[in-house]
Amino acid sequence: MKAGSNLEKVLEGGYFAVTAEVGPPKGTSASVIRRKGDLLKFYCDALNVTDNQTAIVRMSSLSGCVILKEMGIDPVMQMVVRDRNRIAIQSDILGAVALGIRNVLCLSGDHQKFGNHPDAKGVYDIDSIQLVQTLKTMRDEKKFLCGEGISGDVLLFIGAVENPFADPFEYRVVRLAKKIRAGADFIQTQAVYDVKKFSRWIEMIRDQGLDKQVHILAGVIPIKSVGMARYMRDNVSGVSVPDEIVSRLEGAKDVKEEGVKISLEIIDQLKEIDGVHGIHIMAVAWEDIVPVIVERAGLLPRPVL
Amino acid sequence: MKSITVKKPFDEIKEALKDVEKVFLVGCGTCATMCHTGGVLEVLEMKEELEKTGKKITGWMVPPVACDDVTKDAIDKNTDAIKEADALLVMSCAFGVHSIVIFSDKPVFPATNTLYIGKEDTPGHFSRVCIQCGECILAFTGGICPIARCAKQLLNGPCGGAQGGKCEISPDLPCAWHLIIERLSKSGQLHKLEKIVPPKNWGKALTNSSPIKRS
Repeated sequence: MKAGSNLEKVLEGGYFAVTAEVGPPKGTSASVIRRKGDLLKFYCDALNVTDNQTAIVRMSSLSGCVILKEMGIDPVMQMVVRDRNRIAIQSDILGAVALGIRNVLCLSGDHQKFGNHPDAKGVYDIDSIQLVQTLKTMRDEKKFLCGEGISGDVLLFIGAVENPFADPFEYRVVRLAKKIRAGADFIQTQAVYDVKKFSRWIEMIRDQGLDKQVHILAGVIPIKSVGMARYMRDNVSGVSVPDEIVSRLEGAKDVKEEGVKISLEIIDQLKEIDGVHGIHIMAVAWEDIVPVIVERAGLLPRPVL
Repeated sequence: MKSITVKKPFDEIKEALKDVEKVFLVGCGTCATMCHTGGVLEVLEMKEELEKTGKKITGWMVPPVACDDVTKDAIDKNTDAIKEADALLVMSCAFGVHSIVIFSDKPVFPATNTLYIGKEDTPGHFSRVCIQCGECILAFTGGICPIARCAKQLLNGPCGGAQGGKCEISPDLPCAWHLIIERLSKSGQLHKLEKIVPPKNWGKALTNSSPIKRS
């Protein structure tokens, strides 16, 4: 065990993992996080707290993680390189580990242009692969980037993200290999709607034996409305929603139920794909649906380790 | 290689000159002429516009290069007109503004915003190619700079937002990493990208403004 987090135990134990996303509030209320924690606690192995997602200012991921941790939940602290330089990053990691956070997910972050402070100076001092490598160095060599020593253990289970649907398609595997070499222990992917394309991607991963070196959790975003489906298809960078999914929702009497069914069908297929070790549900502003999906997908009870 | 500029909004210039009565105009015969921000034509247009607002233009000049030592000669030639002016409005890039400051004690106002060091791809279309980072990495990126051209300055790109060869921030912006990968694939050098590039030393130039001595 590298960090001994619940997520690590579940994945290393060979269970099919379930994680979900908790979006922190645009405000100071800890109860928002607690409510989501209560809702999801028994349905997931760990909960990701996003880091100013889409570059919109929200409560910090670190604080959200601490609130979940106090509730006995295993948090995944998301960390983007958009807003912090290498000094702030390493400092936040020390603090997070001190507060009992064991899982960190490394991302570039959506460009600040998309957020509510589009004039902000993007930091991007290091990139997401360098962030993964930095955390590995901190954990395995107990050293900062500069080479100076760190006192105390840096217990971390290191995550990275991958978008199997971004271009150029063939190069995505090369980049994933880089992330694994940099030190990624687990990968959470962008939402999968096009299972065929995802399967082709994971086949390339298996061909290189990369599936044996990292735990891949496939992303699932339940679709709540036709508008959301269209928006995701047309406007969300890096997400590919096939037209047939949009038309299925357009023709549905109960759109939400149809959205759940689509997610369940996708999860059923993902479970069968060799190399997929779990799912990561990102129910943006629809957290209530996560327990329903996890239950109906036959993923209960979650292992107690 | 050129210093790429755009005109400041005229209202901003008016506001900057609100306490100034008499103005001397300075253009530049090189980059600002090419960008149509400070050539003879633009200087004469500016003269007319400022006169409409009641300013007196004591004179104007467009030296061949505003950021050069010839700027001093041009200033010397126009001593009287400059002496008469309350301020200089400089329609060159910021390099020109800096040269004028060295050679004249008059208050100096820039009339352009300097965007970047770029090149003219097709007539009238400019793009950034170099941010002068002091640690050139073009050897492994196929001659295309991700620091200058990737919105996130990734050294191990591309990020997950690129689609159809375009950057996530604009459909008009090519993904620099897409271009790099395409180019390296063509010459069979894609393996160059397998290496994890370590964090960059930004202190070489971008966060370091120490003067240097020619070697």
